[in-house]
Amino acid sequence: MSLALSISELRKTYKSGVEALRGVQLEVKEGDFFALLGPNGAGKSTTIGIICSLVNKTSGKVTVFGHDIDLELEAAKTCIGLVPQEFNFNQFEPVFEIVVNQAGYYGIDRATASVRAEKYLKQLGLWDKRREMARELSGGMKRRLMIARALVHEPRLLILDEPTAGVDIEIRRSMWKFLREINEQGTTIILTTHYLEEAENLCKHIAIIDNGLTIESTEMRDLLRRLQQETFVFNSREAVSGMPSIAEYAVRKIDAQTFEVDVDKRQSLNELFSAFSAQGIHIDSMRNKSNRLEELFVRLTEEGKINAA
Amino acid sequence: MQLKAQYHAFTTILIKEFMRFIRIWVQTVLPAGITMALYFIIFGNLIGSQLADVHGQRYIDYIVPGIILMAVINNSYANVVSSFFSAKFQRHVEEMLVSPMPNYLILSGFVAGGVARGLVVGAVVTVVASFFVDLHFYSFGLTVLVLLMTAILFALAGFINAVYAKTFDDISIIPTFVLTPLTYLGGVFYSIDMLPRFWQSLSLGNPILYMVNAMRYGMLGVADINVFTAISIILSFVVGLFLFALWLLNRGIGVRS
Repeated sequence: MSLALSISELRKTYKSGVEALRGVQLEVKEGDFFALLGPNGAGKSTTIGIICSLVNKTSGKVTVFGHDIDLELEAAKTCIGLVPQEFNFNQFEPVFEIVVNQAGYYGIDRATASVRAEKYLKQLGLWDKRREMARELSGGMKRRLMIARALVHEPRLLILDEPTAGVDIEIRRSMWKFLREINEQGTTIILTTHYLEEAENLCKHIAIIDNGLTIESTEMRDLLRRLQQETFVFNSREAVSGMPSIAEYAVRKIDAQTFEVDVDKRQSLNELFSAFSAQGIHIDSMRNKSNRLEELFVRLTEEGKINAA
Repeated sequence: MQLKAQYHAFTTILIKEFMRFIRIWVQTVLPAGITMALYFIIFGNLIGSQLADVHGQRYIDYIVPGIILMAVINNSYANVVSSFFSAKFQRHVEEMLVSPMPNYLILSGFVAGGVARGLVVGAVVTVVASFFVDLHFYSFGLTVLVLLMTAILFALAGFINAVYAKTFDDISIIPTFVLTPLTYLGGVFYSIDMLPRFWQSLSLGNPILYMVNAMRYGMLGVADINVFTAISIILSFVVGLFLFALWLLNRGIGVRS
């Protein structure tokens, strides 16, 4: 399968002297749903800015579907749709016009642009708002407007920089469904997000950038497999007076009905349930204490800090 | 980008810019009509009727070309400087920067928007002028050429101002402290023949003088400056400013980090 995006040795030093990227390496396969993660200030948005030519790189090579941005910038740009982190549309322009105009900038005639704008605004639940000024939309609607705008020229690569920031869970889930659908239809998607549950649910591959360097780039399931230990929270039906004694498991009592247990990869949850039952504790429900990817993410970025020190 | 695609991209910016100033016509088109009507009433009718003819023309007839041109200058400049700065400020200039549109097309689109407003306002002022004078054109072609070139020149100047502007104050400094004095001292209301020799020589350094005189020649057939010299100077400014503005955009100054 060919590469949708290839980045090698990408460096960016701002005029202020801040070294935002120190040699980022990245490969995204065509058709992938790719998570680009990293803590705040890691260099994700700078990387995206360079791919979309909003930021001038200091050195390195970026190709989009084989088009080098130094040699074939127009061809590369035609392949990309960008949903940026900040709202960057004209607040005083009607919703429909924003989408139609964006198609125009890609050289699409107005009749075709209008048909496509209708299609994407309907798919994203904004058709009823088409005549309203963008500033009158809610935060979630504004995010969806930016997705419609990014899709109107039907790009092969869609880059979403924190598309669900500040969006309620219902809209977030509908956006996930929509993004999955367009990915299944063949659009390669790169997603940056701080909701690691979102990345885990949607993405097949993942890269983590920290301190201007790629510290991890692999398949999501391979990364999750590396998680040696998970912490689960158990809720008992009745209050438990003492501390349950379960050998080989690190159990912490949070309150009379809640326990936290660290479960090693080699340990079995069945055995743990049996041990609770043997103590006369009936478990009503259980959940992961934190998202699995979150645990890995924190560990990898912490390791990065230690190595840097 | 193919030629047809470039045409669609260019017309998109032009329509967008045109609709922008038409939507707010009370702020963009009407004020010039009212201000210029006041000029005609006060300077043309009331004061002008007390003055002698200039170059064989009634004073009110003499100032009409300059007043029309002044409206074109102010509005083509104001349209681009406010529109492009606003696009930078709200960051929707990024919509164009991420697209495959070449930079010269982005520049041309904004300039065309400024020219459109300049010419629309110029037409309004011309209609207003027709209530005070009998309009006639010594050379209609030359008049249109001068209007067009002047509008392009000041649209480009507005674009450059917007590229460098970091605050809203920055987009009003040049019009207030440079453009307005140069316009008033550019022979709109007088002939430089009326000035002492020193001030005549100094006035020759004012580019607006050449535009006003070329316009006056187009309408009345009289001018203080050789019309070919004037056209050459305007054209040189247009080419120079276009290349400079394009260089700024190619370098990403003010728009890319």
